[in-house]
Amino acid sequence: MGRYVIRRLLQMIPVFIGTTFIIFAMVYALGDPIAAMFGDRAPDPATLARIRAELNLDKPMVEQYVLYMGNIFSGDFGQAFNGQQVTELMGEAFPVTMRLTLVAITIEIVLGIGLGLVSGLRRGKLVDTITLIGTLVVISIPVFVIGYLAQYFLAVEWDIIDPAVSSDATFEELIVPGFVLAGLSLAYITRLTRASVAENLRADYLRTAKAKGLPRSRVIGVHLLRNSLIPVVTFIGTDVGALMGGAIVTERIFNIHGVGYQLWNGVLRGNSPTVVGFVTILVLVFLLANLLVDLLYAVLDPRIRYA
Amino acid sequence: MRGAKSAKWVALAAVVAMAATACGGGDDDKDSKGEGSGGGIVRASWTDPQNPLEPSNTNEVQGGKVLDMIFRGLMEYDPKTGEAKQAMAESIETKDQQTFTFKLKKGWKFSDGTPVTAKSYVDAWNYGAHIDNKQLNSYFFSDIEGYDDVHPAEEGAKAKAETMSGLKVVDEHTFTVKLKEKFSTWPQRLGYKAYSPLPEAFFKDHDGWLKKPVGNGPYKVDSYKKGTGMKLSVNESYAGAEKPKNKGVELKVYTDFNTAYNEVMSGDLDVLDDVPAGQLANVEQDMQGRYINQPAGIIQAITFPLYDKGWSSKKAVKVRQGISMAINREEITKTIFQNTRTPATDFTSPVLGAAGGYSKDICGEFCTYNPEKAKKLIQEGGGIPGGQMVLSSNIDTGSHKDWMDAVCNSINKVLDDKDACRVNPVGTFADFRDQITKDQMKGPFRSGWQMDYPLIDNFLTPIYKTGGSSNDGSYSNKEFDKLIDKANAEADTTKAIKLYQDAEKILFQDMPGIALWYQNGSGAYSDKVDNVALDAFSVPVFKDITVK
Repeated sequence: MGRYVIRRLLQMIPVFIGTTFIIFAMVYALGDPIAAMFGDRAPDPATLARIRAELNLDKPMVEQYVLYMGNIFSGDFGQAFNGQQVTELMGEAFPVTMRLTLVAITIEIVLGIGLGLVSGLRRGKLVDTITLIGTLVVISIPVFVIGYLAQYFLAVEWDIIDPAVSSDATFEELIVPGFVLAGLSLAYITRLTRASVAENLRADYLRTAKAKGLPRSRVIGVHLLRNSLIPVVTFIGTDVGALMGGAIVTERIFNIHGVGYQLWNGVLRGNSPTVVGFVTILVLVFLLANLLVDLLYAVLDPRIRYA
Repeated sequence: MRGAKSAKWVALAAVVAMAATACGGGDDDKDSKGEGSGGGIVRASWTDPQNPLEPSNTNEVQGGKVLDMIFRGLMEYDPKTGEAKQAMAESIETKDQQTFTFKLKKGWKFSDGTPVTAKSYVDAWNYGAHIDNKQLNSYFFSDIEGYDDVHPAEEGAKAKAETMSGLKVVDEHTFTVKLKEKFSTWPQRLGYKAYSPLPEAFFKDHDGWLKKPVGNGPYKVDSYKKGTGMKLSVNESYAGAEKPKNKGVELKVYTDFNTAYNEVMSGDLDVLDDVPAGQLANVEQDMQGRYINQPAGIIQAITFPLYDKGWSSKKAVKVRQGISMAINREEITKTIFQNTRTPATDFTSPVLGAAGGYSKDICGEFCTYNPEKAKKLIQEGGGIPGGQMVLSSNIDTGSHKDWMDAVCNSINKVLDDKDACRVNPVGTFADFRDQITKDQMKGPFRSGWQMDYPLIDNFLTPIYKTGGSSNDGSYSNKEFDKLIDKANAEADTTKAIKLYQDAEKILFQDMPGIALWYQNGSGAYSDKVDNVALDAFSVPVFKDITVK
C-alpha cells in the first residue's frame, strides 16, 4: 500500500511539469500583456522595457518557465498585475471554490446516488421514467442557461435568494450555485448508479444474500450499493478536479470570486503567474483526488488490493 | 465487516470536515446582512482596476472612477457640460503661453489631515514622470521642461535628473510650470487624474498607501479589498464647493454585468454604469425610466495600416473614402446597438459641444451611406488592395464581433462580392494590441478612443499627429501637424478650436481612418436612489446621488 502511494506520488512529477509547461506556453501565446496595459495608447518604449525586465518577459519563453518554476519551489508564485501576490489571490479564491465544490459534490452524492438507486430498483416504473427524462433534460441544457434561469426566477422574480453571492460566500448562499454547478454531474451520477444497480440486482451474490434471509435494508445498503458504487466513485473522483476548474461559468453568473474568476481574469489579461499558479494547484487537486479514488476502491471491494 | 468499518470512518471524517467549514462560514453571516440597503450608502457596480491605484498609473475607467471620488486636482470638469473649471487652483497666470503660475486655494487637506501644498503637486508630478517608477501615464508630463531628463525615451537608459527642471515651488501655495513649447490650453487638461496631488504618506509608505489610498477629494477610502470591493465614506475635511449628498459609496466587483443588472432589478444594487448588450432590448421596460443613455467621450473608428503599401498608395485614398461610404452606420447602430451608439459625423465627440469643437457636418458625405458612390470610389481607386480586406478587432469585450460582421456585410453588399470583406476576430485585447504596436496588421482594424479630458486636441493629437502616442496606423501629414502646433500656441480659445477643426478637415481628405460611431454611456439604477447622472466620461456623478 505504502509503496503504491509513493509510486503514484512520483508519477505526479512529470505530469506536473508537463501541464504547467503547456499552460505556460499557451498563456505566452496569448499576446503581449504589457502592450494591453497601456490601453489604446502605444506603450512608451522606456517604461515598457522596465516593466518587461521586472517581470522577466524580455527573456525567451523557456527561460521564463525555468525562472518561474524556480520561484515556485521557493514559495513565490509571482504577482498579479494589480500588484497583489498570487499566493494572496489563492488564499482568497480557493476556500471559496472549495466550499462551492463541497456543496456541489454533496448534492451529487446525496441526490445522485439516491435517485439512481430508487430508479434502478424500480426499473421501467414511473419513477424511473421521470428520472430518465429529467436527467436527459439537464444533460442537454447548457449550464449557463440553467444558471441564468435559476438566477432570474429565484432572485429577481420570486426574491428567494440574492442574485449575487456576497464576498463571504457562505454555505447557505452557495446552495443554488451549487445545484447549478452540480447539475450535469448529478445527472450522470444518477444514470451511472441506476445502470450499475440494475445490473447488480441480477448478480448471484445478491440472490444468495436474499436467500440467506438477510433484511432488505442490508441486502440493498451493503451488498447491492457497495458493489454498485465503484464506477460512481471513479466518476466523483475525477469530478472534483473538473468542478473546481469548470466553475468558471457558474462563478461568473453568481458573482463568486473564486478560482474560476481569477483564472478568467488571468487569461483575459495575459497574466501568466496567475493562470499557471492556479492551474498548478488545480492539477495537484486533480491528481490527489484520483489517488484518493483508487485507495477508496479497496474500501469498497476488498478483492482489490494494492500490495 | 472490515470494509464497512472503514466506510464509516470516511463518512465520519466528511461530516466533521463539513461541520468545521460550516462554522467558519457561519461567522461571516451577520456581516453580509449588515451591508444591505439603507444608511445613505450608494451601492454601485465595479470591476477590479487593472493596475495598482496610483493617479499616474491608472488609465482605465474602473480605477479612474475611484480616483475621481478621492482626488481633486487643479481643475475639474463640469459633470454636465464637460467644461474645465478651476477646482483647487485659485488662479492660473501666463504671459507667454509657456510658463504658467498656479496659485492654490488655501485650507485644503488630505483625508489624513495633512495640508495640500504646492509641494504635493510638484512631488506627485515628478514621481509620475520618473522612469524608475514605471508609471503608465508618465506621457502626460511629457510637455513639461526637463521631462526627457527624468524619463529618457531609449530603452535601458538611466534618468539624468531626479526632478523636472520645469517645475518650481515658489511658496507653500504657489508653483510654476514651464513647458517645452507654447501650449495655451495645457492647463485645461489638468482635470485629468494623473495630475492629482499626493500626500507625504504616499512617498513614505508606498505599499500602505496602495492598500488604502489617501486623497483630497469628496470621499475617502474606508476599506479596499482587491477583487471584492471598496467602501468609501464622505471626507469631512473636503474643502471643495459641493459636498456629497449621500453618506458614502460602496463599490462592488462584478464578474458579469448581467448579474449586476439582475441585482439592480431585485434592489440589491443601486447604480450600474454599464448595461450589458444582451439587456439593451428590454432595459427600458425593466427599469421603468431609471435608464440612462447619453453620449460619452468615446468614439469607435477603423484605422488603416498606412505602413502597408497597398493601403497607403496615392490611389488608395479613394478606396478608403469609398469604404467609409459603404458602411451603413444608421442601421448598425440601431439594430446591433439599440441606439446606444450615434453615427459619427466627425473625429471628436458630442460631449465637447459645438463650442468645444464637435461638428455635425465636418465629415460630410463621406460619413453618409451611399452605395453607388462608394462602389464607384473604390473602383476608381483600383479596388480593395489584395482583393480582400480583413477587418480586425479583439472580441473579448464590447460586442465587437457583431458590428464587424455587420460592417463587412454592408461593404460586401455594396461591392456585390461576398468575399470583399472578411472579419478577423482576435481573442484577447492583449494579443490585439500586441499585433497593432508591432505594425503587424494586414488590413484595417478597430481603434477605440476614450478621451482623457474633454478637449478637441485629445481626439486629434495623440491619434493622427506624426509620431502620436496612439497613431497606430502611422499616419503623417505635415500640413496637419503644422495646424495642430498653431492651434496649441493660439491663446484665444475660439480661434484655437477653429484651427483644430481645420486640421480635422485634412483628415477627411486623407482618410487615415473611418469614424464609425460615438459610444454612449449607459446606466441603470434602482428605485432606492435619485439624481443619478453620468458625466462626460460616462462615470456616475456619485456625489450628487441621493438615497431615499
